[in-house]
Amino acid sequence: MAGQACVHCGADCGKHPVIWDDKAFCCHGCKTVYQILHEKDMGEYYKIQPMSGIRVETESHSNKFAFLDNEELKVQLLDFTDGNISKVKFFVPSIHCASCIWLLEHLDTLNPAISYSTVNFPNKEVYVTFRNDQISLRQLAELLAAIHYVPEITLDQLEKKGSISSSRSLLVKIGIAAFSFMNIMMYSFPEYLPGGDLLEQDFKDVFGWLSFILILPVVFYSASDYFLTAYKGLKHKIISIDLPITLGITALFFESTYAVFSGNGIGYMDSLAGLVFFLLVGKWYQGKTYQALSFERDYKSYFPVAITRLTEEGEKVIPIKNLRKGNHILVRNQELVPADARLIKGKGNIDYAFVTGESIPVPKQKDDFIYAGGRQVGSSIELEVINEVEQSYLTQLWNQKDTRQTTNALDNHINKISQYFTLAVLFIAFTAFVFWAFHDISAAIYVFTSVLIIACPCALALTIPFTFGNTMRVFGRKGFYLKKTDVIEQLHKTTTIVFDKTGTLTLSRKMAVGFEGVELSPDQLDKVKSMVRHSSHPLSGALYEHLEAEPCYEVKHYEEIPGMGITGTIEKERINLGSRQFVMGEEEQSDSKESRVYLSISGEQKGFFSIKNVYRDGLQTVIDDLKSHYDLHLLTGDNEAEKERLQQVFGSTAVLKFNQSPTDKKAYVEALQKSGKNVLMIGDGLNDAGALAASNTGISIADDVFSFSPACDAILESSKFAQLNQFIRFTRTSFRIVRLSFVISFLYNFIGLSFAVSAILSPLVAAILMPVSSVSVVVFATLSVRWMAARKLH
Amino acid sequence: MSAIIVLILLGILVAGGFLIAFVWAVRNGQFDDDYSPSVRMLFENKKPKEEETVEAENPDPKQ
Repeated sequence: MAGQACVHCGADCGKHPVIWDDKAFCCHGCKTVYQILHEKDMGEYYKIQPMSGIRVETESHSNKFAFLDNEELKVQLLDFTDGNISKVKFFVPSIHCASCIWLLEHLDTLNPAISYSTVNFPNKEVYVTFRNDQISLRQLAELLAAIHYVPEITLDQLEKKGSISSSRSLLVKIGIAAFSFMNIMMYSFPEYLPGGDLLEQDFKDVFGWLSFILILPVVFYSASDYFLTAYKGLKHKIISIDLPITLGITALFFESTYAVFSGNGIGYMDSLAGLVFFLLVGKWYQGKTYQALSFERDYKSYFPVAITRLTEEGEKVIPIKNLRKGNHILVRNQELVPADARLIKGKGNIDYAFVTGESIPVPKQKDDFIYAGGRQVGSSIELEVINEVEQSYLTQLWNQKDTRQTTNALDNHINKISQYFTLAVLFIAFTAFVFWAFHDISAAIYVFTSVLIIACPCALALTIPFTFGNTMRVFGRKGFYLKKTDVIEQLHKTTTIVFDKTGTLTLSRKMAVGFEGVELSPDQLDKVKSMVRHSSHPLSGALYEHLEAEPCYEVKHYEEIPGMGITGTIEKERINLGSRQFVMGEEEQSDSKESRVYLSISGEQKGFFSIKNVYRDGLQTVIDDLKSHYDLHLLTGDNEAEKERLQQVFGSTAVLKFNQSPTDKKAYVEALQKSGKNVLMIGDGLNDAGALAASNTGISIADDVFSFSPACDAILESSKFAQLNQFIRFTRTSFRIVRLSFVISFLYNFIGLSFAVSAILSPLVAAILMPVSSVSVVVFATLSVRWMAARKLH
Repeated sequence: MSAIIVLILLGILVAGGFLIAFVWAVRNGQFDDDYSPSVRMLFENKKPKEEETVEAENPDPKQ
């Protein structure tokens, strides 16, 4: 049934594409964008990268950006304004290719009031400078939305303006270290050549003093972080890897300074600068993370910034933080309920997809209680706020502080090793010092500093950044994004895995459809499909995707009654699709096993479509593989309808818990941890947020990784679910590589120490041994991770 | 000998110049986005309305 590919977005158009300008489009949305661009002669967009457009499933309603007219919010959003010209930064998650950059940087062609616009691709941001007397912020946002680059504006962004200064200062530090390293190496070079000791004293002095000047910014600026963290660690009685590094740097610096001041050449300055340079490069490599992904999201990044409040004077858009208990608010189609509230007017039809993962809306009647986080589907409703945003049931869950950060530093694998390492080095240094002191006190001091210099665990410190940094990159390429490299260590320690069901094990967008009742003719199926084509309800979407028919009929008198169903006329036959009450006039049967869509044609009842969630592909293989290595648990808010089937999948040893509230899930994870388990929680919705935060590692599954996912340690692309076990198991391989690298770096240390304790460590030996050990460890870590990943991750 | 010292100082000055340029580039944000500049330089600089003539001269190889 493959038809033409849509000129705009590349999706399959089916057999009845929308045709405009002799080109085929999959939907009117795509055609509209093409029209806008065509009018302005911006066809270039489709040439840079063919079919680069973005398909927007549900057309946004006209009031979506109305809140941008609110002065208070405007001030918060704008980066700069002088009354005429304003600058603003939008986060546009759908930026994905060169064409996007082209179009977004040519916004001035679309609207002359825009002066210029620049895209930051990794951050998926667009910076726009515009004349605010000619175009308002709201119009600007609506213009972006019209070409399907819908900007995402959330509370979160308003509160903290992102800073990139830390990565910039690291780059400057690396630059300075590299500059000094290269120059000092040049000055040291003559000493390493045969006959280097014949170098005239004047040269030795000049080279020494130049090196001394160059090393100062390296030690006091580039390496400053190491001194700081080592000091902080000592204050908390932790011996971190930074402590032996700091010891080494200090010993190198004083030894070399002494050499310069006493006119004995330049000592180990080149090794020192090189060491700091390599360490900083390792830090930069490890720190390069997924800038556009957010792992810190809480409800603030999900909730709207403003809401329509109903006052006696009429409607008023207010920022959400000004919302008070007892306020009456208006929630339109596709808008979120920002606080726990009671329905006072209208027909509620609340989609809790982001909260529970369940995308089929729940009907609500007058006086029903609605939790914050639900999305209204259908006509506008009026609500009375019962709890303020901060005090709402779900928001409270997320406000509880994350306690992991402190425990992480203590558990850190490398810090444990570095404790023993530091103690051993100090022990060797002192023993050697005492031994030599009997013979020659100056040689004893020399040996003492030599040991500290050569034992500086540069290679050791580079092992983790490069092994885990590479693992993180490989995972990222395969669709599994980690917040930071520490997550690998936590994944490795996992003993227990807890799954959420809805949205995690089941697909949130795809459903299994069956039909019970009078058998339908192909012609009737075509009619049903033509009907559901017009509705944006998730059940209609499921039917439209499932039915193997052609939506070739024109529907007349189409009407969608929210919370009830859809009705329309095709070839004089009246077709009703929807709830039991709507189609049959009978009471709803309470059975949450499946959703039913009843059908009647010309008043004749035909039966119902049953729509069930389907489990993800590869679920059985993932579970089979994991259950032999880990304890598995399942927590779900649903009832026990699927218990038998799940028990079959999970096996008899797994614990399955039904009817769990978000608080129950969190408490359950905490109880597991108390009994000494290291818990990995896999969830998707906001109702898992508490459990995800409480767990040792929280993985959230997302269809679109750039859009919302609850705060977590890692985000897994939902299409990669079948590889989950491979990712978790690969962390073992990473650890094996780390251990091997440790062995290599210890070997170097052993060789170096044998030089040092016998008082024959020269600057030349240090200058060769230190970079060689660092580089070989880096190369080993990088290559082996890539090679193992190519073999083990498919 | 003094010639070598002069050369060395000169060398430091030149290298220092590059270091300053690097620091300036970093502070200026040139390393914040390492993808879009590579694409941006390939875009036509002309206003889209004049594009038709440009296309006639350089037909798009993809088509």
